[in-house]
Amino acid sequence: MSKTIHRVKVVRRARFHVAIEKKYKHMKLTLKIWRQKNAGDKGSFVTYPIDGISTDMSFLEMMDVLNEELTANGEDPVHFDHDCREGICGMCSLYINGHPHGPKQTTTCQLHMRSFSDGDTITIEPWRAKAFPVVKDLVVDRSSFDRIIQAGGYVSVNTGGVPDANEIPIPKRIADEAFDSATCIGCGACVAACKNASAMLFTSAKISQLAMLPQGQVERMSRAEKMVAQMDAEGFGACTNTGACEAECPKGISLTNIARMNREYFAASVKSETV
Amino acid sequence: MILDSKAPIGPLAEKWTKHKFNSKLVNPANKRKYEVIVVGTGLAGASAAASLAELGYKVKAFCFQDSPRRAHSIAAQGGINAAKNYQNDGDSVFRLFYDTIKGGDYRSRESNVYRLAEVSVNIIDQCVAQGVPFAREYGGLLANRSFGGAQVSRTFYARGQTGQQLLLGAYSALSRQVANGKVKLYPRTEMMDVVTIDGHARGIVTRNLITGAIETHAAHAVLLCTGGYGNVFFLSTNAMGSNVTAAWRAHKKGAYFANPCYTQIHPTCIPVSGDHQSKLTLMSESLRNDGRVWVPKTKETAEKLRKGEIKPKDIKDEDRDYYLERKYPSFGNLVPRDVASRNAKDVCDEGRGVNETGQAVFLDFRDAINRDSEDAIRARYGNLFDMYQQITGENPYQTPMKIYPAVHYTMGGLWVDYNLSTTVPGLYSLGEANFSDHGANRLGASALMQGLADGYFVIPYTIGDYLAQIGPAPVDANHPAFAEAEKGVKDAIQKLLSINGSKTVDYFHKKLGHIMWEYCGMARNAEGLTKAKGMIQDLKKEFWKDVKVLGANEELNQTLEKASRVADFLELGELMIDDALNRNESCGGHFRTESQTPEGEALRDDENYAYVAAWKFIAENAPEELNKEPLEFENVKLTQRSYK
Repeated sequence: MSKTIHRVKVVRRARFHVAIEKKYKHMKLTLKIWRQKNAGDKGSFVTYPIDGISTDMSFLEMMDVLNEELTANGEDPVHFDHDCREGICGMCSLYINGHPHGPKQTTTCQLHMRSFSDGDTITIEPWRAKAFPVVKDLVVDRSSFDRIIQAGGYVSVNTGGVPDANEIPIPKRIADEAFDSATCIGCGACVAACKNASAMLFTSAKISQLAMLPQGQVERMSRAEKMVAQMDAEGFGACTNTGACEAECPKGISLTNIARMNREYFAASVKSETV
Repeated sequence: MILDSKAPIGPLAEKWTKHKFNSKLVNPANKRKYEVIVVGTGLAGASAAASLAELGYKVKAFCFQDSPRRAHSIAAQGGINAAKNYQNDGDSVFRLFYDTIKGGDYRSRESNVYRLAEVSVNIIDQCVAQGVPFAREYGGLLANRSFGGAQVSRTFYARGQTGQQLLLGAYSALSRQVANGKVKLYPRTEMMDVVTIDGHARGIVTRNLITGAIETHAAHAVLLCTGGYGNVFFLSTNAMGSNVTAAWRAHKKGAYFANPCYTQIHPTCIPVSGDHQSKLTLMSESLRNDGRVWVPKTKETAEKLRKGEIKPKDIKDEDRDYYLERKYPSFGNLVPRDVASRNAKDVCDEGRGVNETGQAVFLDFRDAINRDSEDAIRARYGNLFDMYQQITGENPYQTPMKIYPAVHYTMGGLWVDYNLSTTVPGLYSLGEANFSDHGANRLGASALMQGLADGYFVIPYTIGDYLAQIGPAPVDANHPAFAEAEKGVKDAIQKLLSINGSKTVDYFHKKLGHIMWEYCGMARNAEGLTKAKGMIQDLKKEFWKDVKVLGANEELNQTLEKASRVADFLELGELMIDDALNRNESCGGHFRTESQTPEGEALRDDENYAYVAAWKFIAENAPEELNKEPLEFENVKLTQRSYK
């Protein structure tokens, strides 16, 4: 269990007492939401007052309530991405009061209204990054992440003809560390948090996972080169080590991944004929 | 009509090997001339698309999410079964087969289940080769755990995120083929219809969710890997976007729908907290390894608990009813899902539920913490406990969790033969979307196994046999069937947009969900089902008269997407009711109150119901036609399941 997770736990325990107090409370809120008809539209903030929000609701359930009201009044509901609502698919993506996924280190779907107070004004924006163009309202296009993975985020094995699983022993420590990198959900909070809109945390998590595992060794060099090149081609910015990505990552992906990626990339470029 | 499963004859253990040999092969040089459409990119879809592309076929892969990596397979927590017998504890292919058949309450097809157990071992090898970080022992070899009532340790896992890691593995294989130019990816694209020419599936109609463009795609074969239909209940553990539309539209084009009433209600979910609830969250079944399930012995104590006059820890051991341990001494808290769920419902129906709504039981870790320490429990379940606390605001290390059953998985789905072909030639169905392997109840850690078995190791063989027979001549994309299907889709969308009624889509979806949960949920009977049928028919009429869908087709329109899916759920709901009414026996997740043992357990009627019910669509608003596939058991003896 990593240190990060323990730290989060302490914070949550402190919150426990507050949560009990707030139970059953209904809140009145003011929402300032980015509305943008489509990619070509300029977009602007629109203010919506909302009442009767239970502290038990998730943030997205609060958005559902708003959308039911808007629809009833004949207004276009606010579009936002969401799917599993259990914090694992990486689809939800709201920038809430200046933080990707809001004030807690979770995904937006796992953020609950008990984290807010009656009378609060909540500002909701889409992820802002050149490589994540806005599609509509709070929905952005993150296909650049897919293309980074397509550039080399895999082990080139076909189905069938692989060795027995236990013929590849992996020390537990390495397996666990690779797992920590592999838990990235590809939501893009790291990019949204970064003042340079850098995708280094995302890219490095995959490079690290495969660089640590024996299965990833054969393509280790070319993978680092290709994925970094694709990341740059997509228009993501550079890393200036502010650590905002790590602080906002809902899965606690660590900055060490970026350091490892830099080492991998350096080693690759020394040997490579293409870089 | 009696359906032919095309299961090969001969000894069980030789069926698949023989079948593979007897299947025709496509010449390697010809493979690139064949186009295959894969709808859905979860475990089944991503693994199938990648594997077929590796073989050389031209593949188009579609998903409604913004990336194939987000399919709901990603949310599976517990693990994946495989008959590796790494633990030397007596597991074997036959034992996994036997457990799956028995767990499914003898309502699945022997040949399919045996094949599933057989290829399960290859899945683990494949995933490890891809770099999936399964849990390991200190010696560096793979770790296993016992899961969901199995008496051997055959479950491979990756913390509580097994589905995520397996899906990312399949997604990486898929991404590699996208980079190779073998797969063309269509994210944010929803399948709206299947195109058939001379009775064969030859393509699909899609809607681009960003632009609203309705497009047609021609292919030699279409694979539906589109998941389950649990969202018919509105509240379920499925993702918000999970839907039945692809399967349902295929059904209306001739694919039979099998056993729609088989629904798995998972016993360990976080209870409903209010009307605003949009989905339910599963707490992994693995929690039952250490948590003890209980409610107060008396209604009066439960009442005090609900009013907040006493706390759970104030209730002495002798006043607690650990009902699973009491009723099932040998399996205790680890009884299969259907049994655990039904018992939770029973104690709550008796008025002994423990939360404000009376719809919850305790899952208590007090004894495990006293025995093994809080740190040990944290190491095992830390992420689940955190998730619980985040959602409920309660600390499960200090006070017992509250849980209640929720809709989780649907064993029913499109009927497929041994080749995974639906009743429409050229149209295949894989993973949860088909009905094939879990009978009336799925065992824990078997969904991931089935999705990947179908995609990596079954379809690459069986589809070749079909493609070799039809030949590589290109499909005529200008055939009038494409224009006709496209027009049908456009008309249906226009109809939804033009109603301009007064009620939102969610209003109808919630109402439908309520009817299904109430009358076609954990316990069903003829009276309730008949009543529900009428209610759904009325609701459907109201929907088409009074639903309010704003905006236009030519834009990102999430309300329109939802409306189109709910329209299909309304039709499916009625078929589920018909199927539940027809099956006048209890089996697995389908519990008819009329058919129970004196102890209140599910009572099968093998004489009359040992068949797969496969429904054929006839016409709009007309009753569907029941077809049967008799189930023959040559290798197991049918017994009353007992977990006492």
